[in-house]
Amino acid sequence: MSRRPLVRECPPTTWYFRQPRYLRYMSREITSIFVGAYCVLLVVGLQRLSAGPAAWEAFLLGLRSADSIVFHLLALAAASYHAATWFNATQKAMPVQIGEDFVPGNLISGAHYVAWAVLSAVILYLAGVF
Amino acid sequence: MAKSHKPVVWFPFAAGGTVIAFFIPVIVLLTFLAALGHVPPGLSYERMHAFAGSGLGKLIIFGVVALSLWSSAHRLRCTCFDFGLRADTLAATVLYIAAIAGSLLSAVYLLQI
Repeated sequence: MSRRPLVRECPPTTWYFRQPRYLRYMSREITSIFVGAYCVLLVVGLQRLSAGPAAWEAFLLGLRSADSIVFHLLALAAASYHAATWFNATQKAMPVQIGEDFVPGNLISGAHYVAWAVLSAVILYLAGVF
Repeated sequence: MAKSHKPVVWFPFAAGGTVIAFFIPVIVLLTFLAALGHVPPGLSYERMHAFAGSGLGKLIIFGVVALSLWSSAHRLRCTCFDFGLRADTLAATVLYIAAIAGSLLSAVYLLQI
């Protein structure tokens, strides 16, 4: 008599189309492509900054192209989506207990959103945007 | 107790995820303004050079860049696997080496400023 254990087939490249939640997971995964590419741009920027004023000005001028604007929009969307999902996950990743009760999850995520907004505003202010 | 190298990979990953969430969107916004032709005054050579020239500035820039690189490398490794690339050791080796190289280069550039 042969025993046939259940083996669920899992197509390695298309599995995430099976469930909307898998698609949401993958939409978060692909943000790492744009964030990773942007990190490379940051390293290049540091190199240009260390090479002197002319190199830095050329770097800033080099950012002014249609491709660069599209890339920045994608990177901005990806980084913001990463941030939002990361903050939403904090209440699951580090629940805070006071006495018998847990602090409401939305309070933990909300505090992260507030800190994010304040920090971003401070950096924009320091950079002279407003 | 079984020993695992996972915490070594995981700690900078989690720290990097937090750093990316808090810092990268606003930094992208700054270079986006530069891409549109409205370079923020803070991105001028004098102010960037002064910031990267201070000890605290070097530490902040290196922390943000190195942790973001490592976290991105770890996430890209997972993304490769999820899209069906099963050569995980290869992906991990290439991406982690790239992240370490990028971090070392950033340190060298910062020390030259």
